[in-house]
Amino acid sequence: MNDIRSYFGPGHGACPGCGFPIAVKITLETLEGKAFVVNSTGCLEIVSSMYGRNVWAVPYIHSLFENAGAVAGGIDAALKALGRKNEGHVVVFAGDGATADIGIGTLSGMFDRNHDVLYICYDNEAYQNTGNQQSGLTPPGASTTTTPVGDLLPGKMGRKKDMIGIAVAHGIPYVASASIAFPNDLRRKVKRAIEFEGAKYLHVHAPCVTGWGIDGKLTVEVARLAVETGLYPLVEYENGRLVRVMKLKKRKPVEEYLKIQRRFRHLFKHPLGEKIIKELQQIADENVKRYGLEDEG
Amino acid sequence: MGKVKIYLGASSPAKTSEMKTGDWGTEWAKVDEDKCIACGRCITFCPEPCIEYVEKNDKKVARVDTDYCKGCWICFTVCPVDAIKMETKEIYKLEVC
Ligand SMILES: Cc1ncc(C[n+]2csc(CCOP(=O)(O)OP(=O)(O)O)c2C)c(N)n1
Ligand code: SF4
Ligand code: SF4
Ligand SMILES: [Mg+2]
Repeated sequence: MNDIRSYFGPGHGACPGCGFPIAVKITLETLEGKAFVVNSTGCLEIVSSMYGRNVWAVPYIHSLFENAGAVAGGIDAALKALGRKNEGHVVVFAGDGATADIGIGTLSGMFDRNHDVLYICYDNEAYQNTGNQQSGLTPPGASTTTTPVGDLLPGKMGRKKDMIGIAVAHGIPYVASASIAFPNDLRRKVKRAIEFEGAKYLHVHAPCVTGWGIDGKLTVEVARLAVETGLYPLVEYENGRLVRVMKLKKRKPVEEYLKIQRRFRHLFKHPLGEKIIKELQQIADENVKRYGLEDEG
Repeated sequence: MGKVKIYLGASSPAKTSEMKTGDWGTEWAKVDEDKCIACGRCITFCPEPCIEYVEKNDKKVARVDTDYCKGCWICFTVCPVDAIKMETKEIYKLEVC
């Protein structure tokens, strides 16, 4: 075990330039490895827990695709029943499909019982491990294998589910969004989250190079542009109150984010593309208003 | 990165060394140690992670472990002083006639 240099990796099988390992690594470093990790089925699980090739230097359990919330709640209850205190935080890493779609029932139950769990959704905006099918967190206009671009369809129709709003509505003590492009902010949010007893939800934007059609040269840039356009607001709720947001100094038009990704490139020539781009710009504008993102200073 | 303390639980010990991903890419990142200002940005962002600090002539510099570097270019894009170069591996330097 002498060669272990990190709580996660190296030696995992994520695509070169994948975003989520950055979030996982930073979270575990911030927790100084004091974590019991629950991981739903998805890219993260597949690339990190192959038989004989575990890259987790922390206790780890692969749940099913749909029940990470329940498994984490069970671990919290078991630790309490056994009187095991201060050994580590129960932390879930789950994809956007696992979180917003198939696992939302068990997640809601975990929130409702207010288990002492930090639930982290790494949002790569589709079912990436099975080859880029749309999820409830795929943005409008994105081309996926289940929303293929054709004469009629300009990619995904409908918005991203508001997971932040859904989490806040459960009345849990801490809810925040973060991005792999802002590691200091992510670290601070992980630290802040664990100061609260009860259920914590952290939603982390993490680009997928293959699904989004970018390469590693753009991973950090794309994640940063999502925030800087207002499409992906970084916000923080404590006990139901919005307490902090990342202000945007010079907001960029959404096109800057869209034009460098293959999943959106049809929007610049499809007959309905302009409409979708307008819709995305409207979402960004609404976010700015709703969260007060504009930096007036 | 250095050595870390491990809290053992249900999982088997990490065996990260088993899968050497350094042969995945066509390029490896290389740090120009004279230019490196040890800001740590590449270390923060490398997804593997396979960059760590080493001491060189009393100076702390970042160094890439080519056993694991997948050549993704992330470190190249986040370095504020352009100290990282991407080097094509010898076997990919093909001569086209
Ligand atoms: C009940 C069930 N249905 C379908 C699958 C197949 N499956 C495995 S991973 C995956 C997608 C995971 O998507 P997400 O949660 O967004 O994680 P990502 O792979 O994108 O990181 C699917 C559909 C499964 N393992 N279990
Ligand atoms: S398919 Fe996407 S999310 Fe999955 S490992 Fe590759 S880059 Fe990461
Ligand atoms: S190219 Fe990618 S894998 Fe290699 S050292 Fe840089 S960030 Fe790490
Ligand atoms: Mg996903």
